[in-house]
Amino acid sequence: MQTIEEYLPEHPFFAGLDQPTLELLAGCATNVHFNVNEVLFHEGDQADTFYIVRKGLIAIQVQSPSAGGVVVDTAEAGGVVGWSWLVPPYRWMFDARASESTSAVAFDGACLRGKCESDPAVGYALMQRVAQVMLDRLEAARLRLIDMYGSSS
Amino acid sequence: MTDDTRVLGLAGLQALIDYLGLRGYTVIGPTVRDGAIVNAPISSLDDLPRGIGDEQDAAHYRLRDRGDEALFGFAAGAQSAKPVLFPSDELLWRSRRTADVTVIDREVEPPPGPPYALIGVRSCDLRAILMHDQILLERTAADVHYAARRAESFVVAVACTDPAGTCFCVSMDTGPSPRGGYDLALTELYADGEHRFVVAVGTDRGAEVLAEVAATTATADDVAVAKRVITEASGRMGRALQTDGLKYLLYANVESPHWDEVASRCLACTNCTLVCPTCFCTSVEDVTDLTGVNAERHRVWDSCFSEEFSYIHGGSVRESTRSRYRQWITHKLAAWEDQFGSFGCVGCGRCITWCPAGIDITVEAAALRGTPSKTSQRS
Amino acid sequence: MTSLAEHDHADAAAHALAAGDAMLPRPYRVVRTRQDTRDTVTLQLEPVDGVPLKFSAGQFTMLHAFGVGEVPISISGDPTKEGLLEHTIRNVGSVSGALVAAAPGTILAVRGPFGTGWDVSDGLGGDVVFITGGIGLAPLRPAILELLANREKYNRVVLLYGARTPDDILFGDELRKWADRMGVVVEVTVDNGPHNWRGRVGLVTQLIPRVGFDPAHTVALVCGPEVMMRASAMALRDRGVPAASIRLSMERNMKCGVGLCGHCQLRELFICVDGPVLTYERLAPLMSRWEL
Repeated sequence: MQTIEEYLPEHPFFAGLDQPTLELLAGCATNVHFNVNEVLFHEGDQADTFYIVRKGLIAIQVQSPSAGGVVVDTAEAGGVVGWSWLVPPYRWMFDARASESTSAVAFDGACLRGKCESDPAVGYALMQRVAQVMLDRLEAARLRLIDMYGSSS
Repeated sequence: MTDDTRVLGLAGLQALIDYLGLRGYTVIGPTVRDGAIVNAPISSLDDLPRGIGDEQDAAHYRLRDRGDEALFGFAAGAQSAKPVLFPSDELLWRSRRTADVTVIDREVEPPPGPPYALIGVRSCDLRAILMHDQILLERTAADVHYAARRAESFVVAVACTDPAGTCFCVSMDTGPSPRGGYDLALTELYADGEHRFVVAVGTDRGAEVLAEVAATTATADDVAVAKRVITEASGRMGRALQTDGLKYLLYANVESPHWDEVASRCLACTNCTLVCPTCFCTSVEDVTDLTGVNAERHRVWDSCFSEEFSYIHGGSVRESTRSRYRQWITHKLAAWEDQFGSFGCVGCGRCITWCPAGIDITVEAAALRGTPSKTSQRS
Repeated sequence: MTSLAEHDHADAAAHALAAGDAMLPRPYRVVRTRQDTRDTVTLQLEPVDGVPLKFSAGQFTMLHAFGVGEVPISISGDPTKEGLLEHTIRNVGSVSGALVAAAPGTILAVRGPFGTGWDVSDGLGGDVVFITGGIGLAPLRPAILELLANREKYNRVVLLYGARTPDDILFGDELRKWADRMGVVVEVTVDNGPHNWRGRVGLVTQLIPRVGFDPAHTVALVCGPEVMMRASAMALRDRGVPAASIRLSMERNMKCGVGLCGHCQLRELFICVDGPVLTYERLAPLMSRWEL
């Protein structure tokens, strides 16, 4: 069984980080597993975990009375879940559930924030990667907003 | 002009019109109507605008009394030959719905009316006809209705001896003397001696027709006078358009703030496209009778200035007047060259004359040269 | 312009008349209809005169509903088999609405086929990536079928498909067959899904960075809303696929389909004659301009 330090370089989010940094960050991490339909977190919960997905599929959804739960995003192997741990109010805005049996690495948010404070270089490297994820997600989300497949596209 | 150059007197010109009528042509020529020169069926020299000239400028058209007997002493009339060969409404086909099948029952019939003989086609309009031949006959598919009208048409072109204020055929290299594509071409001489027409023969058919009327061989003097008159006309163009690098200028200025300026004046009224001899955009109109059994499809003129022109489910690609003016002028002076190998403008000046806002294509093109070309990158 | 001066219009006109009338439609009878999704129907048509229509994958016809009008619709059938003419149509207006409502036995009319095709065989010996969104899968289907008829002559074959919701996924059975039995990597994503959706949610372009193909030896065929095609083309370029190897299928207002009416122009391009399939190399400078 691969250790977390051995796995991290394989995950796209951590590409380009040196070994000492990976070891530092791995200190905040544990392996986790979710069965199908298992909930990772609920909207409103305190957000203090950052997940990187090793295998499986996580669905991000929002609950609405008439529509039920609408899945607005998914993260699969190589993806990440969660950045609400990064900035206040440290609160999840969505529900997250495993669509498939999923293995992930969970990082404690407070621990990660602490490492960023004490080593700004590590902090900056992490911020860059999170910013990249947000950029990609935001671009895709904006394009989906125009409902281009809808009847007026 | 070749050694084959002949001369016709007034009687000879009348004989030419008579002979064409006898041969079964509907003879169309310039006439005066409602204060403008318009093409209409003619049978006599008296139908022509004898002694009539024109004054043209941006948003300005007036006829005037020349005080002489010239029959063709004006420039571009209100319309070109386009409405004759490419009418604004043409029936494409009819269908009839029976119990279990719909029958489409029109092949191309002989065009409505006998073949047309066009008298007095200006060199700019003649070039436009040749462009339409290329665009409508020689590409992926041909417009068979245009083909039917054009196949039998007889063209008697006329050189411009008195260009108008909005003319710039010299800039566009389309005149003032007709360059090929005619059956016969006339240059009217009335100032030096007898009122006569120097006739150049363009086709065998033209020679055949000319042989039937009393045409004498042109003297060297006739030829010289005709040449001089045309050279003088070339020097009296009302407008000029600098054409070098024009295509790249327009392509590079796709984001120019100048288009906003034009758009503030342009009404998108489509007058320019209506009077332009080279514009060829059309739409189709489907009509049925009240029973829904009989249907017809018509080809009708359309204009890139209309908002629906570029409509695709949801909206129009060119919603703003700005984008539509840009489309028209860029097509006319740039894209046309990539598509068909020449500029789409023949310098007839009609779009300037008949624009109610007086927008001048030569001024707008020059304005782009004045402003530094800016291609702003949009993220 | 000596070529114009020497031009013989009578000859050109005679030629044109002999070539036939591209504006004259041929009656076709609706043989079968299939409701694909809530707003999309596939029609299968047979020519009343019995003469079959040969087409290249990517071409379209001008499909006419008598009394309503005519619209350009991509052919969605198998170009390698002679059979019924297939069109997959989404209801977005009065004409398409009449077409999707056409019951078997209805007489429609067809002109075509027109336009340039996908030429998927240019990808022989290499990888082929199909990227599509929404109804865009329909015009690509003929190219996919053409490729699959010779599957062993291609390397990796990928289909990335984005739909609005799971209910809007077209040809679901075929997608499964292509993935399970024909060696096609099929990745589907939706803009949003109901809570019981077990698949991917996101924009189809998000799939491009990580799916397996060799950018240096790939032909990418992209079809869908223009926004999606632009974003996909950029993502493909980021992966190193040459712009000349990326093909898009463009759409504009068409009244004739044969380059005569002028409606479909995108600057100097007539989408009906120079396209609808065009390379990103040609399109990139034109697609990014507003209202061109």
